[in-house]
Amino acid sequence: MTKEEAENGRDDMLIDNPEPQHKELDDAFPEGFSSNYLKLYYGWLFPHADMSKWMAYGNDGKHPACDQSYFGRREYSFTLENDIYVRFQSFKTANELEKTIKEQCPFKIDIGPVYSVDPAKRHAYSQSGDNIFTPVERELVFDIDISDYDDVRYCCSGADVCLDCWPLMTIAIKVIDIALRDDFGFNHILWAYSGRRGVHCWVCDTKARRLNNEQRSAIAEYFRVYKGNSNSKSKVSLVGPALHPFLVRSYNVLSEYFEKTLLCSQQLLSDERYENILDMISDESVTSELRGKWQGNRRSNANDINIVRWEQLKHLCSRKKTPGLRRCVEEIVFSYTYPRIDMEVSKHMNHLLKSPFCVHPKTGRVCVPINPDLCDEFDPTTVPTLSKLLREINTGGLQAEGEKVWDRTSMGKSIRYFKESFLQPLLKSCKEEMEASYNAKVQQSKNTLGW
Amino acid sequence: MEVFTSHKKPSSSLASLSNGVPTLPLYRSPPTLEVRLEDFERFAVDRLLVLRAISDGLARGKKPDEMGKLVTDLWKTHMRHPRASEDIDKDIISHFVLRLVYCRSEELRKWFLSMESTLFRYRFRDMNSDVHLALMTELGIPYKVVSQKEFEDLREQLNLVARSVNQPLPTPNGLYKVSFEEVPELVASRKVFIQKGYAYVALNQVVSFVVPHFRSHLSKALILTNRKWTSMIREQEKDRLTPIVEALATSYLGPDYCQDKEFGEISLKDIDQVARTSFPLCMQHLFNTLREDHHLKHGGRMQLGLFLKGVGLKLDDALAFWKAEFSQKVGAERFDKEYAYSIRHNYGKEGKRTDYTPYSCQKIILSTPGVGDHHGCPYRHFSEENLRAALGKMGVSSRALDDIVEKAKSRHYQLACTLTFEALHATSCDAGINHPNQYFSDSQKILKEKNMSTTA
Repeated sequence: MTKEEAENGRDDMLIDNPEPQHKELDDAFPEGFSSNYLKLYYGWLFPHADMSKWMAYGNDGKHPACDQSYFGRREYSFTLENDIYVRFQSFKTANELEKTIKEQCPFKIDIGPVYSVDPAKRHAYSQSGDNIFTPVERELVFDIDISDYDDVRYCCSGADVCLDCWPLMTIAIKVIDIALRDDFGFNHILWAYSGRRGVHCWVCDTKARRLNNEQRSAIAEYFRVYKGNSNSKSKVSLVGPALHPFLVRSYNVLSEYFEKTLLCSQQLLSDERYENILDMISDESVTSELRGKWQGNRRSNANDINIVRWEQLKHLCSRKKTPGLRRCVEEIVFSYTYPRIDMEVSKHMNHLLKSPFCVHPKTGRVCVPINPDLCDEFDPTTVPTLSKLLREINTGGLQAEGEKVWDRTSMGKSIRYFKESFLQPLLKSCKEEMEASYNAKVQQSKNTLGW
Repeated sequence: MEVFTSHKKPSSSLASLSNGVPTLPLYRSPPTLEVRLEDFERFAVDRLLVLRAISDGLARGKKPDEMGKLVTDLWKTHMRHPRASEDIDKDIISHFVLRLVYCRSEELRKWFLSMESTLFRYRFRDMNSDVHLALMTELGIPYKVVSQKEFEDLREQLNLVARSVNQPLPTPNGLYKVSFEEVPELVASRKVFIQKGYAYVALNQVVSFVVPHFRSHLSKALILTNRKWTSMIREQEKDRLTPIVEALATSYLGPDYCQDKEFGEISLKDIDQVARTSFPLCMQHLFNTLREDHHLKHGGRMQLGLFLKGVGLKLDDALAFWKAEFSQKVGAERFDKEYAYSIRHNYGKEGKRTDYTPYSCQKIILSTPGVGDHHGCPYRHFSEENLRAALGKMGVSSRALDDIVEKAKSRHYQLACTLTFEALHATSCDAGINHPNQYFSDSQKILKEKNMSTTA
């Protein structure tokens, strides 16, 4: 792991160099976030070229089918120092975008849709009153915040996360990623850490970018099982005589994490907490029987008490055949683990979402991509921070020929993943689609000529 | 417009399939026949009566079956021409006249689009499967037939989906494969099996992908009509059709409660008092939550904020009101930075500068509150226990309470709200509650009358 390497590097250095120099380095870049740090970050580390390649979707080439105006119709919004928020920025070329980012040094960069016309000139078009200025393409995005899970996690609340509650995000990635691929047939999906309390997902297939708002809503709704608000007890209702295959598949993921991880790490059936779960069982005779078993029972069994109680609950619910109880176990598991998507973000084309590789001003953490195949290994508490990265650059010595600065830092792995596993396959299929549509056009014009 | 001047042609060829089975017009092209001026208006009014009744039915939260019956009855009452052969002409002419009437603003277009699509949906449902397939072809919807082998491979999952939504088990011949983008409604409600981007749709579900096609076609056509209207027709027809068209639209616009003219304004000092006496439960709940938590999430801020605007709270007062609460939680500075914008936005002072209208019951009932949200319709989104407690707190007697909860349980949310209104005001409310601001203004009216009679 790069992170370990980086730390090893520092350890080695500790041995090689006298202590004071290490201290000096720490003093040079103490933990935190500042516009000075950010300037260095945008200057040395932010992958400007790759981000622009992504945003161009192959339209930056020489192919006759390239849409040269495509890149310049994308909206960016910058949050500058002192919370100044500038919307509807656009840039004709990758160079212009890079230059502006380096100059203005935004604390946050949000990416919006591609509009029908240059968003910076939208006022010129608004006079006509015909809605010419309208979003035409936008990645299908998902935003999942762990602060929305506060009623089912006990280790942290609000914007805080730790390794005990992070599995909730891992579950969300797994459930949604597989459905996007297997059900909806999407291939180019980028997951990213939001820098603080959650994850973002960017679905970038051409098909996904061209979905209208209604189709986006439909996908978001497909993923929604969580209903009701703070005023209803049962958060999830699974009605009908059978579960949809998507829910069946999701349940396999959920129940594994629920039983192997969350049940114990969150102490979900401990004495103080079990009432919350009993509340979700509609059959009084079952709840009172369980309560009777659990009250005042503090056997120091070898097995974790949460697991023992969960097995008892499952056993009792499956034994009784009352209709209200049929889905009870599933409903509990879904309530405690199923992804809670911020629906509004996914439903509308013109919603902005923070760009990957931004740095979160509160945590100093970089919004690095997460490989969904390895999402179990992702640890939000050890993602590279701004100050750590700057220290790593400083200790790295002279730059070797052809070597990128980030290769020497703990961000190298993230950028490599972004390029090799996301960007390259994406651009490859963009080129193929472009080629195909161009050939079709040529063929068509030939046919009409023949007439 | 050539519509009204060209030569008479037999347009009823549209009316049936080649085998003589009656079908539905898709309104692809304007009718090419002469129309008498009085028919022009009369047909349009008849269709408008149908659309308005549909709108009313939707606002009352009628279920699909009830809507189906309503549409059939309405169509029979208003759209049958004395000579049956001319039914189809009346259908097409009235549709195109109303297109003119309702093309002229975003809001009008939205309403018309929604009502015409609903009308089409229920008429389509009454047709048989031959018509369905013919219309799919006419609309150019690409669909694939599922092969026997594919059907066998997926049988288990297909059965699972059918059982999950209480549909009959699928048969290999009654199944079509379409891109999931074609059937957003079926995707949203997980009523179809989806694999690699394809949705497997049963024949009795086709309505849900034909309607979006109809809708998007009509939506585009309305924009075009609007362009023609503003660029030529309005001027050309200013002595003949324009007055009719303009009158038709305004005479039928229901109140939007954008700013209540009748009661003028309410001031901050009265707000707690009127909240207690005249706010519907959904708003009382938001209002009380705000007072207790000093915070509401976005959905709650929108629902309550626009309601208060409609009630007559002026922008400055609104800012003061929200600030007084929020600053206790997030501080005055953060309020100014993060929340004040959206309040000014609601009043049309920022961004697009549209004056937003308060939410109707229908919109509130259909909202989807999540964790930590307090907006939505309490009759729909509260648990029974919480609903009982909330109604009790409002002062609803226990006898009325059971009725209300019963209505809410059977998903008649607006009726439940109407009953609450009646219980609290000791009077009947025949029109029913369709809008929180209507609840408010009706309540104020009654309270003022009572006041008058006691002081007199």
